[in-house]
Amino acid sequence: MNKINKELQILGVVAFFTLFLYWGVEPFAHSQMHKHVEGEGFAYSEFKASGKKGNVENGKVLVTGAGACTGCHGIKAINSPAPMDASMSGASYGVNPPDLSTAGALYNAKFLAELIKNPAHALKVEHKFDPAKGKMHPMAQFYGAGGDMDQEIADMVAFLKSIAPKEMTNKEAYVDACSRCHANRYGKLTQIGETTKFKYKKDELAHQIKVLDYQDSLKKYMGKLPPDLSIIIRARSEHFLETFIENPQSQLVGTSMPAVGLSHEGFEKVIAYLGETGDPSKPARGELGPWVIIFFVVFSGLAFLWKKEKWRGHH
Amino acid sequence: MAHFEKANSVGEWFDQRLAINTLKRVLAFEYWIPKNINFLWAMGMVLAATFGMLVVSGIFLLMYYQPNVDLAFDSVNYTIMTEVGYGWLWRHIHGVGASVVFLIIYIHMFTGIYYGSYKKGRELIWLSGMGLFVAFSAEAFSGYMLPWGQMSYWAGMVITNLFSGGSLEAYGLVEWIRGDYVPAQAFLTRFFMLHVLLLPLVIIGLIVLHFGTLRIPHVNNQDGEDIDYEEAARLYKEGNVKDSKVIPFQPVFLAKDIFVMGVYFILFFYLVFYHFEFAMDPVNFDPADGLKTPAHIYPEWYFLWSYEILRPFSKDLGLIAFAIAQVIFFALPFLDKSPNVAPASKRGLFKFWFWAMLIDVLVLTFMGKLPPTDALFANIGLISALVFFALWIALPFITKIEKKL
Amino acid sequence: MSNRRDFMGYALGGFTAIIGGIPALYAMKRSWDPLPSVKAAGFTSIDVSGAVENELTVEKWRGKPIFVLKKSKDMKADDRDVVIGSDRFHVSIGLCTHLGCIPAYVSDEHKFKCACHGGEFDASGHQTFGPPPSPLEIPPFKIDGTTIVLGEEGPEFKKMKEAGLTV
Repeated sequence: MNKINKELQILGVVAFFTLFLYWGVEPFAHSQMHKHVEGEGFAYSEFKASGKKGNVENGKVLVTGAGACTGCHGIKAINSPAPMDASMSGASYGVNPPDLSTAGALYNAKFLAELIKNPAHALKVEHKFDPAKGKMHPMAQFYGAGGDMDQEIADMVAFLKSIAPKEMTNKEAYVDACSRCHANRYGKLTQIGETTKFKYKKDELAHQIKVLDYQDSLKKYMGKLPPDLSIIIRARSEHFLETFIENPQSQLVGTSMPAVGLSHEGFEKVIAYLGETGDPSKPARGELGPWVIIFFVVFSGLAFLWKKEKWRGHH
Repeated sequence: MAHFEKANSVGEWFDQRLAINTLKRVLAFEYWIPKNINFLWAMGMVLAATFGMLVVSGIFLLMYYQPNVDLAFDSVNYTIMTEVGYGWLWRHIHGVGASVVFLIIYIHMFTGIYYGSYKKGRELIWLSGMGLFVAFSAEAFSGYMLPWGQMSYWAGMVITNLFSGGSLEAYGLVEWIRGDYVPAQAFLTRFFMLHVLLLPLVIIGLIVLHFGTLRIPHVNNQDGEDIDYEEAARLYKEGNVKDSKVIPFQPVFLAKDIFVMGVYFILFFYLVFYHFEFAMDPVNFDPADGLKTPAHIYPEWYFLWSYEILRPFSKDLGLIAFAIAQVIFFALPFLDKSPNVAPASKRGLFKFWFWAMLIDVLVLTFMGKLPPTDALFANIGLISALVFFALWIALPFITKIEKKL
Repeated sequence: MSNRRDFMGYALGGFTAIIGGIPALYAMKRSWDPLPSVKAAGFTSIDVSGAVENELTVEKWRGKPIFVLKKSKDMKADDRDVVIGSDRFHVSIGLCTHLGCIPAYVSDEHKFKCACHGGEFDASGHQTFGPPPSPLEIPPFKIDGTTIVLGEEGPEFKKMKEAGLTV
């Protein structure tokens, strides 16, 4: 019995120093290396809700009217095509303006209202786009259509919500929210859509040139090409991604990445898609893990009995 | 040619040609291990098993890995992780195994230091073991280059820069090692060669040597007792296993080893499946970019203590300190002047030396990962680096005055 | 007789080591050398006519980042500046002389700051803080009109090298 006590004491010492070592090089070191940023769960509390109830019909008129949203944005949900294709849009605006069909489902309503009113402010890119310095955000501000502006904005948001799909897949959410700037090569997505298979080399090269042209405009607009997000889920912690997407400036001051305005559900879909492309073995790990561990528990049990048998009479 | 009788069994047939029975006797059933040991004596076999894991997982990774700067990252992170059946399992075993093997090496080393298992005829055990430590370090570093992520690239840049020798400015040597002005294709392919061929050969050779060095001086025991092996073996073979001070390697010693191994593998696979981040640094999941330094550059945890010895000094002094720290553990059997083979707890001042060294290496490890800009941490790092050298300078003196047991 | 046998053994050993071993080692050493194609790749031309004051551009030369910074009037002139007409440029290899990380340029402070070990350099590349032992290195250059050609040693670079301003 005394002998076993001694073994356990030694094990205690080894375990203590091992855990202490782990604490020092992982939790402690990381707490010192990265500043801690607290998110607010995509609540956007800095934007005040106007409290006005939107009118869908009026919203539709405002969104689709002459010189309004559809001047730049397509809305597939109501068969309103985009005025230009992705490459031309990219060349004109720096980035292809999004189709608005799913905006009401993906983005926070308060954020949408603020975005219509003051894009650079809502997107948190005022350090880049300052009208006083003659640098305007490519999305024009909405100055009102003659009536109560808050009411009109509420109407537009209500319209976007009314056409938004009830259900979206993770991939759809990712494509609409992120993929106009970020490629995802493991998901076979470029900034201008899915990578298709081409029969002829010439067509393939022509497509590649289109992608490169778009990326060039994007580079000019953003300062550098936004990173491919294929495996970002393993390169950054989920907490980092959550707080960064909510407010990029909180993690990376001066970055040209805009606040995307995702609602919490929208974010969860996006992060789920990033998991699918960047860490697809996660479900398999969860499934196989317990069996392997149970195997070694049984193995150790049998080994213990074997050891007892072999050591019988030795002490 | 020797004369061969007709064999009556397969065993006999092999025995005639390979002396199987002699080998079994010498290597297993009459290879005597002291009985007075604890589970720390199983670390050698745990290491062998972990090395086996690394070899097996490595073989499967090798089947799809592409040593090309444009393809390496995706061949690891896409092909192996998503397309190859159970590719993710091999990679996680390989990544976690590479990290855990160092934990066990350090436990094995400090066990040896604590029980004085490097003295009086056991010097070569220690030296070959240290050789293995260096070979494993090189193997770990070269393997770290292969996924060609940001940490691969920048660790490769920083570590090969060390060979410029500070003020010697031997950039020719650095470029020779890299095969280019910066880490690029030539660099990746030669480190691939080192990782999958040359260094594993060296490691296997050293493992054989390490086992060989154990044979004549025998394994140490918990009290450093000088056992009369002939007498103990005679008692054991007579069936008096209770009074004999030894056990045969097989099956008695192995039975305990395998139990310890089983418990170890429970922990190992828990890490593989649920807790691998410590061994697979997130920064290395960003592809290598020679024009963008990561915000923090630090080696894997097992190199941190020596990295911290490099950091707090000026460039040349730092390099010299680093170089000494890399080899000083080799000198342990010659700097320890005491004839006592005993656990540190019974060895006067050496007892304090042991714990001070262990804690100092831990503190160096912690500081090695922290940003160098924080004055408090930088000072702690400097002091621990000085303490490290002070301890080594003090060692011959405190062991010289140690009372003979 | 036995002496002679020993002698032949030593002769064989010595012959093998000196005539066989040393050339074999030399061949192995040469195989590790950078390839001629790698060595040859690398003359980069940078046109600086469109450069903006106090705005760092990073070019690439032999896989290394090259800093090109057009100095504004309020920045101190330095012997290490590359002078083209009336404009002064700071041109350097953008690797910290400590352990080769890339410092970032902080334009408000006119300073290069290295994230790795906290080293700092002023806008002329002189180390001002932390572990860097020497100024940012100047790559071999030649001035050709408003273009800086890297990889070729022009008279301006040779002068700097002779004055010990760079290695």
